[in-house]
Amino acid sequence: MAWDVLKAAEIIDAHRHLDGATLPVLRALQEAFGYLPEEATAQVADALNLSRAEVHGVISFYHDFRRAPIGRTSLKLCRAEACQAMGADALASEAAAKLGTTWHGTTTDGRVTLEPVFCLGLCSVAPAALVGDELVARADWPRLAAALDKCGR
Amino acid sequence: MSRTHRIFVPADSAALALGADAVAVAIADEAARRQLSVQIVRTGSRGMHWLEPLVEVETASGRIGYGPVGLADVVSLFEAGWLEGAAHALCIGAPEAHPFMARQTRWTFERCGVVDPLSWEDFVAHGGGQGLAQARALGAEATLAALIESGLRGRGGAGFPAGIKWRTVRETQANIRYVVCNADEGDSGTFADRMLMEGDPLALIEGMAICGFVVGARKGFIYIRSEYPRAIRVLEQALELARTRGLLADCDIELRIGAGSYVCGEETALLESLEGKRGQVRAKPPLPAHAGLFGKPTVVNNVLTLATVPSILVRGAAGYAALGHGRSRGTMPIQLAGNIRHGGLFEAPFGISLAELVDEIGGGTASGRPVRAVQVGGPLGAYFPRALFDTPLDYEAFAARDGLVGHGGIVVFDDTVDMVRQARFAMEFCATESCGKCTPCRVGSVRGMEVVDKIIAGRDVASNLALLEDLCHTLRLGSLCALGGFVPFPVLSAVRHFPQDFQRP
Ligand SMILES: Cc1cc2nc3c(=O)[nH]c(=O)nc-3n(C[C@H](O)[C@H](O)[C@H](O)COP(=O)(O)O)c2cc1C
Ligand code: SF4
Ligand code: FES
Repeated sequence: MAWDVLKAAEIIDAHRHLDGATLPVLRALQEAFGYLPEEATAQVADALNLSRAEVHGVISFYHDFRRAPIGRTSLKLCRAEACQAMGADALASEAAAKLGTTWHGTTTDGRVTLEPVFCLGLCSVAPAALVGDELVARADWPRLAAALDKCGR
Repeated sequence: MSRTHRIFVPADSAALALGADAVAVAIADEAARRQLSVQIVRTGSRGMHWLEPLVEVETASGRIGYGPVGLADVVSLFEAGWLEGAAHALCIGAPEAHPFMARQTRWTFERCGVVDPLSWEDFVAHGGGQGLAQARALGAEATLAALIESGLRGRGGAGFPAGIKWRTVRETQANIRYVVCNADEGDSGTFADRMLMEGDPLALIEGMAICGFVVGARKGFIYIRSEYPRAIRVLEQALELARTRGLLADCDIELRIGAGSYVCGEETALLESLEGKRGQVRAKPPLPAHAGLFGKPTVVNNVLTLATVPSILVRGAAGYAALGHGRSRGTMPIQLAGNIRHGGLFEAPFGISLAELVDEIGGGTASGRPVRAVQVGGPLGAYFPRALFDTPLDYEAFAARDGLVGHGGIVVFDDTVDMVRQARFAMEFCATESCGKCTPCRVGSVRGMEVVDKIIAGRDVASNLALLEDLCHTLRLGSLCALGGFVPFPVLSAVRHFPQDFQRP
């Protein structure tokens, strides 16, 4: 969704009363808009009485916050040790090849963005993935492809 | 129409990721087709993850389990008469009698997998709420004494005695105090916090309420990682339920979601993050117990630490303290992960050996190949070869062998693992997750990756190994927190125990 100052102000207002509101505010904005554009920094800084540098510092610190939009579905593949022990590296290479993209990259049709994640808590049923909202255990490419199809790939 | 049959289908993330929702729908459809009245109860997981989705039916002789149930099995289960507990290829009998369960001693995970996590009636029927009642009856001082007597140490990794931390917060002069639950569970190979929050969230909430009562805090926070969407949803509902039932009357709890930073699991970085800042580690002193969240005395405890408190109060501190090994008292929820045949959650008294856990209970590798290495204690934990499998699970015994118990995760690797790659990954992870405060951690980890890359390429291996040792030495001494300070554990254990992998052709 394109940045909308009024909508953003509404979201900020809904969270500004919280102690240490910066993260909840940024999180809610990203949920609504999909990413945090330049405009977000200034508006959040003004609303929360922080400097732009401070807000920028927070956004750039956390892996979850994005400065640019991503594809329609995010495909998160676990890269951590328990999944490595079950072939996560090979799975990631296969997925990247099949999608024709790399980590943090989006397919040319704009549908899927491939993102790394470090543990989904599914380490006993590895390798693990999160496809949109769907958790996938003992993941292989056919199962990932099927989950992507469900998201209307 | 005959009686209503109760069927239990886990809604734990591991079960969901293996198709439990679709199985639940298929069971309901098939029951409707057969005009049978069924009630499907969504529970947490028992922890036998290789059997998920593990579906249980309530019979005259107790609950009977069937698993792993796939969509294609549903009709045949009904055909066989599973609602009466009939035999079937997937039948495992009574779940609690299964050898994997029968060998456990559950205190923290007593209710997990048994109850509907969002049913107050289930909670109360299984002893919920009695811990807080007991604390109120004993009073704060006596409750604190019981906690100290139990020997409970923090389950987040550092193993600090919980009772001592609570006492410090209680005795620090202040107008406001806080209880913070560390639910950041960032270590690979660990999922016990997640399972507990999804399967018995009210145990955690009750533990926090007891903590608030003892230390005099009126406000609590649960800081949970964003990678746990299911646990977040369950906790939101559980907090609402707890609020309406009065469990939060004296100490309200707010749920806060992280933003994908591993170092925010470190308690002071977590507090910075809760305050709305970058998750940078604070220098100690002051301890959070003296000046924590917003500068106020704060208890920061792991999910398991807090969730174990109610059962200690109900079942008795002496009984808990009687279990264990050396200075590691009570039980540890151990997580069997990676390349393992019988992966899942196994709660047992400290003292059990790695060999028992990996070979007997875990059944060896999933791939069927020989076990070559295990990493215990997350990404900062050491890699142990078979020669060290006699190590008992005990904080001090692991430390004596340059290892970590940490949060109790055991990741198994088979003989295809290339340990030089694991050493590289440890450095890469440290570089990615460094909070940037200390130069050795921020710069040294990147340098470490480059050095390992040279070793992988077979360039000046001997001198690069010496350089790697040097770097690790600097990291150990020059880091403010355990991210930089402990990354030498996985790196140097790989070099020491698997030297052949570092000699490239
Ligand atoms: C880099 C780093 C990451 C950590 N991550 C976690 C975590 O995810 N969960 C946790 O409970 N403790 C974690 N800890 C330990 C905490 O700093 C702290 O010791 C713990 O929350 C105290 O609670 P406990 O005494 O109940 O274990 C981490 C420590 C470090 C240095
Ligand atoms: S060791 Fe690394 S993560 Fe820890 S405080 Fe220093 S820079 Fe930050
Ligand atoms: S390591 Fe991949 S899910 Fe935990």
